[in-house]
Amino acid sequence: MPTDTAAPVAPVLLDAASSREFDAPRGWRRAGRYGLLVVVAVVVLFPIYTMVVAAFKPSDQFFENPLVPDAFTLDVIREAWTAGRLGRYLFNSLVVALVVTMCQVVSAVLAAYAFALLKFPLKNVFFVLFIATLLVPLEATLVINFDTVDALGWANTYQGLALPFLATAFGVFLMRQVFMSLPPDLRDAARIDGVGHLGFLRHVGLPLVRPTLGALALFAFLGSWNQYLWPNLIVNETDMNTVQSGLRVLSRSNLDQPNLVMAGTFVAAIPVAIVLLLFQRQLVRGLTAGAVKG
Amino acid sequence: MIRCSVVEFNSVAIVVHLRRGSRWRDFPLAMMMLAPSAVILGLFVLYPLGRAVWLGQQRCDNFGDNCVSQGFGQYVDIFRSTEFQNALVVTVKFALLSVPAGLVLGVGLAVLADKYLRGIGVFRAVFSSTVATSVAVASLMWLFLLQPSVGALANVDWFNSLFPSVKDPGWLQDPGTALTAVAVSSVWAGLGFTFILVTAGLQGVPRELYEAAAVDGAGGIRRFWSITVPMLGPTLLFVLIVLTTRAFQTYGEVDLLTDGGPQPEDSTTTITYFVYGQNSPIRNDAGLQAGAAVLLFLVLLVLSAIQLRGIGRRVHYAN
Repeated sequence: MPTDTAAPVAPVLLDAASSREFDAPRGWRRAGRYGLLVVVAVVVLFPIYTMVVAAFKPSDQFFENPLVPDAFTLDVIREAWTAGRLGRYLFNSLVVALVVTMCQVVSAVLAAYAFALLKFPLKNVFFVLFIATLLVPLEATLVINFDTVDALGWANTYQGLALPFLATAFGVFLMRQVFMSLPPDLRDAARIDGVGHLGFLRHVGLPLVRPTLGALALFAFLGSWNQYLWPNLIVNETDMNTVQSGLRVLSRSNLDQPNLVMAGTFVAAIPVAIVLLLFQRQLVRGLTAGAVKG
Repeated sequence: MIRCSVVEFNSVAIVVHLRRGSRWRDFPLAMMMLAPSAVILGLFVLYPLGRAVWLGQQRCDNFGDNCVSQGFGQYVDIFRSTEFQNALVVTVKFALLSVPAGLVLGVGLAVLADKYLRGIGVFRAVFSSTVATSVAVASLMWLFLLQPSVGALANVDWFNSLFPSVKDPGWLQDPGTALTAVAVSSVWAGLGFTFILVTAGLQGVPRELYEAAAVDGAGGIRRFWSITVPMLGPTLLFVLIVLTTRAFQTYGEVDLLTDGGPQPEDSTTTITYFVYGQNSPIRNDAGLQAGAAVLLFLVLLVLSAIQLRGIGRRVHYAN
């Protein structure tokens, strides 16, 4: 049984590409290609490298040779962890991101199913309204959303941080595409057996679209985790900062101690790096879904 | 035989019957399934847009109260104001600095890594690594690199003697280089995204095309322009639109790297920073903020339309 009807996505980042003669340069060409790859990789990694060097160097030695890792300490990381309240902020980000992910997946699946498999009056009107929201940039609405959330009394709360992002049109479209590509016979067969829409969705639909669901979940999580402008607007009590707005506070209150800021940045970057290493297949699938089908 | 065909006939009849149904039968269920998304999108996308359009023609006091209508001519006033014009010019410049560079570098990396070589997976992981950095993380890395007194580059002697301006006045502090420096940070952060998309696109290009072209005597450069670029058309268009949209929405980089400065030129005050930034002159005027936000929406709308119509038509969609 096919697991998903969306185009299969090769594990782009780690795959063994075709080993045909044509794709495998030899001799001097190969050496040249390796040389170029190494040079470019060094350039791309340079900012990350300097961050790591700074994060692990003692504060008194760090201004001499900032590019050379000639000393090692965990003190700066420890200091950044307590001074930057990173534990608390990572926890806040995690709570918000998990709530946003769960709600986005559920709301997208429900709406997408209705658009793909139900027939009802005014469907096109609703659909156009959903499409229209894709055109509106976040930055154009946050001014007003701040007033809305503030009026609810939810500034500086998890609810306030999560609320505007609990549903996205992107998710609805992504899921609608895969639901529409399910064979109609499948639904007909279920109907004859007396299975209703919700039962069909739960027992047949969801298992079949699981890979795309994973991509959507990853995107929802990253989108929420990386949110920068919104937490800066809606949070002004230090307890409720997310990692991103917390980094801003750390940076602004330690302008003369960049190695402390780098230690905090390093710690803040680790969770996403791990998530992406684990879910790179979903990342590629989600990214290309927009490009190929959008 | 007969039994069997009756059953078949029956099931076909049932299917036909169910498919017709009443037009309104699924309506309640559909509304229930649409409700969660519709409520959120209505309340936090459509309503605020409408409200912003309305608020954009009003002036309010510092607390956002006592708003007075100024007529929709206020949009024209905002658009023609020196501050908005400056923000618009800065944003366009920023897009011109960052979008083509980001696209070319991302495609370059992808083409470079699109060969079968031992260890190529490591290089691909490196090239896509910047996708894991958030705006805050990437911007703070570059802030650390570029700060004039306590930054990394300013304290490397050989670099300092090569480029004295990194220490005095500092690339983020010099009105002539600040925007470029912010763009470099932004391009770097976007490399992973472009690389992954273009790499995925390249793997959809049939190798036979390259082999046939090579047999016909086409060199590497010719193959790139005559095969790779046309076959990547839809991917490149998508990346172009995403990068442009992002460039026009740039906020975090400016907030962390320059605060819209250096002053008094506001050399890096993008439209989004003009609306939300802590140094923005309209920060305490809800009406003007809403108006400028609506103008940002309109600018992006026009831009996407131009890109889709102008370039989209020429893009070749395989299959």
